[in-house]
Amino acid sequence: MQTAVANIWTIAKRELKGYFASPVAYVFIVIFLLLAGFFTFMVGGFFEQGQASLRSFFLWHPWLYLFLVPAVGMRLWSEERRLGTIELLLTMPVTAWQAIVGKFLASWLFLLLALVLTFPLVLTVNYLGNPDNGVIFCAYVGSFLMAGAYLALSCITSAITRNQVVSFILSVVACLFLILAGFAPVTNMLVQWASPWLVNLISSFSVMTHFDSLQNGVLDSRNILFFVSVMVFSLFTTGVILRSHRAG
Amino acid sequence: MIKVEKLTKTFGPKVAVNGVSFSVERGEVLGFLGPNGAGKSTSMRMITGFIPPTSGKVTVGGYDMVANPIPAKRLIGYLPENAPLYGDMTVHGFLDFAAEMRGLRGDAKKRAVHRAVEMCFLENVLYQNIDTLSKGYRHRTCFAQSIIHDPDILILDEPTDGLDPNQKHEVRTLIRRMGEKKAIIFSTHILEEVEAVCSRAIIIDRGQIVANGTPAQLKQKSDMAGAVSLVVNGVAASEATQKLGLIANAKKASVLREEGSRVVVRVFPRPDSVNGELARNVADLASREQWRIEELHTEEGRLDEVFRSITLPETVTEERK
Repeated sequence: MQTAVANIWTIAKRELKGYFASPVAYVFIVIFLLLAGFFTFMVGGFFEQGQASLRSFFLWHPWLYLFLVPAVGMRLWSEERRLGTIELLLTMPVTAWQAIVGKFLASWLFLLLALVLTFPLVLTVNYLGNPDNGVIFCAYVGSFLMAGAYLALSCITSAITRNQVVSFILSVVACLFLILAGFAPVTNMLVQWASPWLVNLISSFSVMTHFDSLQNGVLDSRNILFFVSVMVFSLFTTGVILRSHRAG
Repeated sequence: MIKVEKLTKTFGPKVAVNGVSFSVERGEVLGFLGPNGAGKSTSMRMITGFIPPTSGKVTVGGYDMVANPIPAKRLIGYLPENAPLYGDMTVHGFLDFAAEMRGLRGDAKKRAVHRAVEMCFLENVLYQNIDTLSKGYRHRTCFAQSIIHDPDILILDEPTDGLDPNQKHEVRTLIRRMGEKKAIIFSTHILEEVEAVCSRAIIIDRGQIVANGTPAQLKQKSDMAGAVSLVVNGVAASEATQKLGLIANAKKASVLREEGSRVVVRVFPRPDSVNGELARNVADLASREQWRIEELHTEEGRLDEVFRSITLPETVTEERK
């Protein structure tokens, strides 16, 4: 167990260093913060609402992540396979799942850093008014979990192909499905012809449904369980795909 | 240390490795020869546990590679083909990572990195990004990774590929030196390397072992092994070959080339000829005939010829016709 943790941490550390050794990390963080600010203030009408809440900030996260998270995750395994370093990594005394979790964790921590860097917004609403910080915290947790779910899906697509562009497009489509399944315009359309239980079933697969209640400050274990199970399932699938490549 | 039993790997309908068995003990350097696509890399990938075999068994240091891969992998240092590396790291960062993956921490890690850097002559590029390195340095960095934990077993897939002659020499010396205490398997296309480094060689073709022995034993399989080459001055080529061909244990004599009054002739022995006997008989004949001999030696046989005749039977026979 101890060596497992040590191995995961070693792999995660290497991966994180890799982000910051290249411009990827800086470009990503700057773009993320710019876009988050743009949507919150320009599109979301942060000031016009006259409320001390970060609703207009979190509202856009599912869409913001739709493109930015696959951009982080697309290279995870496709790059290892393209360069052949996967052969190096998996002939070292680590199990495949340690490598998968380690690499996933590194990217997730990186996304967490980007998210944490939005803290001036929290300071701003606290300066301007008296927001419910519990709700804000809850929404941050939800946002972080949602990023993890997207990222885990990107893990799968990056394991499928050596080509990063293909990996990116596939994971955007997969994440889009997770959004649209519970996106109000889509569910409204479904209600017209599908039975309510089917609509419910489909929308229960959506990040929107689960992120909404976390955004409202409800730290429900069902919502957390949803995101965690998407991650566990995706990482497991990644492992199966990687093994099938090697089995030939 | 390494035991491979009936190792087989199929990719769809294609059989890449077919029933390969051999073993390597400590103190042995096994050369793995074969044409491109013969199954060398696939075999090595199975031995190192990167891909699972379709059937057969790999045992490393007593551990089954499929059932118990982690302790087996601990014993192995592996240099994959084309030396893959994380390009965004520095050499030092990468070796640090490799050492940590091998469970080394603190002082032990520092010493291991230092030792590997010294052995592979990487001091000059230690803090350079791997992406900016030349091919020789990249190769040596990956090689350093494989020896960082001083493993009992080394598996090297074309360790001298892409190196300049000096670097090749260094790597060979290193392999030979480490081979005294470790079990080493390495693959190569370069046959002189086999003679210089290996204690035993295996030739693999189309997934199967076609020859297995010491370099000297393999050379014996050459048609040229035991043939006597000589240079005579002042004798007609036809006369020389006719008389040499009549020697009791000579199969035939043929002229290789004529340079003015000098003739270069090669006499091939009969299969039952004893080592050295043919050379003696040729010398006796020359002194009886009072030929002026400028050069005379027995051929050892050449590995490249053995390699060609084993792995390319059709073309070689055609050329001879």
